[in-house]
Amino acid sequence: MQIYVCIKQVPDTETKIKLNADSSWIDTAGIKWIMSPFDEFAVEEALRVKEKTPGATVTVLSAGPARVVDSIRTALAMGADNGIHIEIPENADNNLAAKAIAGALKKEAKVDLVFTGKEAIDDGAAQTSQLIAEAVGIPCVTVVLAAEYGAGTIKCKREVEGGAFEMIEVSTPCLIAAQKGLNEPRYASLPNIMKAKKKEVKALKLADVGASEADQKIRYKNFQLPPPKQAGKKISGDPAAQAKELARLLHEEAKVI
Amino acid sequence: MAKVLIVAEQRDGKLKRSTFELVGASAASGNETHVALLGQGVEGLVTELASYGANTVHVADAAELKLYSAEAYVSVLASLVPSVGAEIVLASHTPTGRDFMPRLASRLNVGMASDCVSLQFQGSNIVVRRPVYSGKATAEVEFLGAGPRLATIRANALGMTKPDTSKSATTQKVAATFSGLKTKVTEVVQGQSARPDVTEAAIVVSGGRSLKNAENFKIIEELADVVGGAVGASRAAVDAGYRPHRDQVGQTGKVVSPTLYIACGISGAIQHLAGMRTSKTIVAINTDSEAPIFQVADYGVVGDLFQVVPLLKEELKKLKDH
Repeated sequence: MQIYVCIKQVPDTETKIKLNADSSWIDTAGIKWIMSPFDEFAVEEALRVKEKTPGATVTVLSAGPARVVDSIRTALAMGADNGIHIEIPENADNNLAAKAIAGALKKEAKVDLVFTGKEAIDDGAAQTSQLIAEAVGIPCVTVVLAAEYGAGTIKCKREVEGGAFEMIEVSTPCLIAAQKGLNEPRYASLPNIMKAKKKEVKALKLADVGASEADQKIRYKNFQLPPPKQAGKKISGDPAAQAKELARLLHEEAKVI
Repeated sequence: MAKVLIVAEQRDGKLKRSTFELVGASAASGNETHVALLGQGVEGLVTELASYGANTVHVADAAELKLYSAEAYVSVLASLVPSVGAEIVLASHTPTGRDFMPRLASRLNVGMASDCVSLQFQGSNIVVRRPVYSGKATAEVEFLGAGPRLATIRANALGMTKPDTSKSATTQKVAATFSGLKTKVTEVVQGQSARPDVTEAAIVVSGGRSLKNAENFKIIEELADVVGGAVGASRAAVDAGYRPHRDQVGQTGKVVSPTLYIACGISGAIQHLAGMRTSKTIVAINTDSEAPIFQVADYGVVGDLFQVVPLLKEELKKLKDH
């Protein structure tokens, strides 16, 4: 069984975002880069399926600038077998990234299962998983909290609003986009981190995967930082007075109650 | 003015408030407003859509559409968009809209802007802005190439318009036949909670690790129930097991923009602020007057949430009962 995991490298959640000189992108200097947290659930799920399936292999794909190879190595240290890096520009959109990854997948002899995170925490667009599936021509289930693997079908529990779930049966090959809770991702052990350094990471360019910068369909511009908030009102007094005054302000001033 | 197609969202025959926001905003800008209404036995919802300004409602009625299915939705919409000649296609950025819209964009071979918090109609184009890095910044989205323009809009971002029940809409039946579907929604398991979802609610009451255990969240729930709000939680509270992950507000949870966000015992870590700072009015209740949450709060109460929250509940109850 050939299992693939697509990951994205993103700024660490603690990053304080700054803009570049002409506000056309963020200032990437000094950022600590990590694998997008939802992708860790995707890697873990791929490894669990592999461990139950004799002869299965897990390949990690990532599209991005050269730095993303570090995150591929993180996935390899968790236990993936090999990696594919497709070089695309820093500010590539979801469409170009999806075309690049789908192009790399289509070059593979056989694709049985593809895992992704339900969204990346940088642009938070939640598009790339579906776009990859469409470009490869396989069905896709997003925001998956639990999956039961059968012969030719997977039963997925998809999280929707208000604590409800959709139970979805999907035929394989397919793409599963992981939600936090699907599993508990493992930590890489030191020996596995050492081993990961020797694993193969294939380097591909856009032209190798039949994609080009013309596949970009949107572009972000005019970045802004949130306007600084005016100092709010501090409400003093004993708890009863504070509660009463807060209720009054919410009703009369903010008019939200 | 443009031809705008809004994909309505309904569950169990009830339309979402966020759908009315989109219909109202399109109509208020003078657009020719079309609505795609997919489901089974949903034609009765046309009058409600008309009251918010829909001109034409395209109804696709089929057993395969009874429960939401991205595959079935996209198969209907990929032919409806060109047949209507829609220049702009909008849906809410909900678990449904965010699921099918990128696939529709792919079928139509166009780009799409996700989770927009502002929207302006400009002829056959739209100007949209969306949060990036979970609200630590925002960016405008430029569409490259030909339309239609596709976008999902965050709930509560546009505001509601007043319905007018004297308005009416034309109903158009849409053929919906399916073959070779590879996914099947077998069941929708309802949540046990009658509260609205944290991403859709107009009011969110959130608790942090200061709640100390899951049982103490009862006071947060009671406050939320008095105002018809949702219950949210910080990552610390979720990691400690006080609340399920679906309630988590922040960069690795949900990003919300309610009209009122009440943070109880939440210090305001950068990753939490990222998830709620676009809320219209923010209240912080915390014992630590130096907590970063006070920097984004419109109203700050330095105090013990175990005392203040129940008292606030009583005060708001009095206002509601009036």
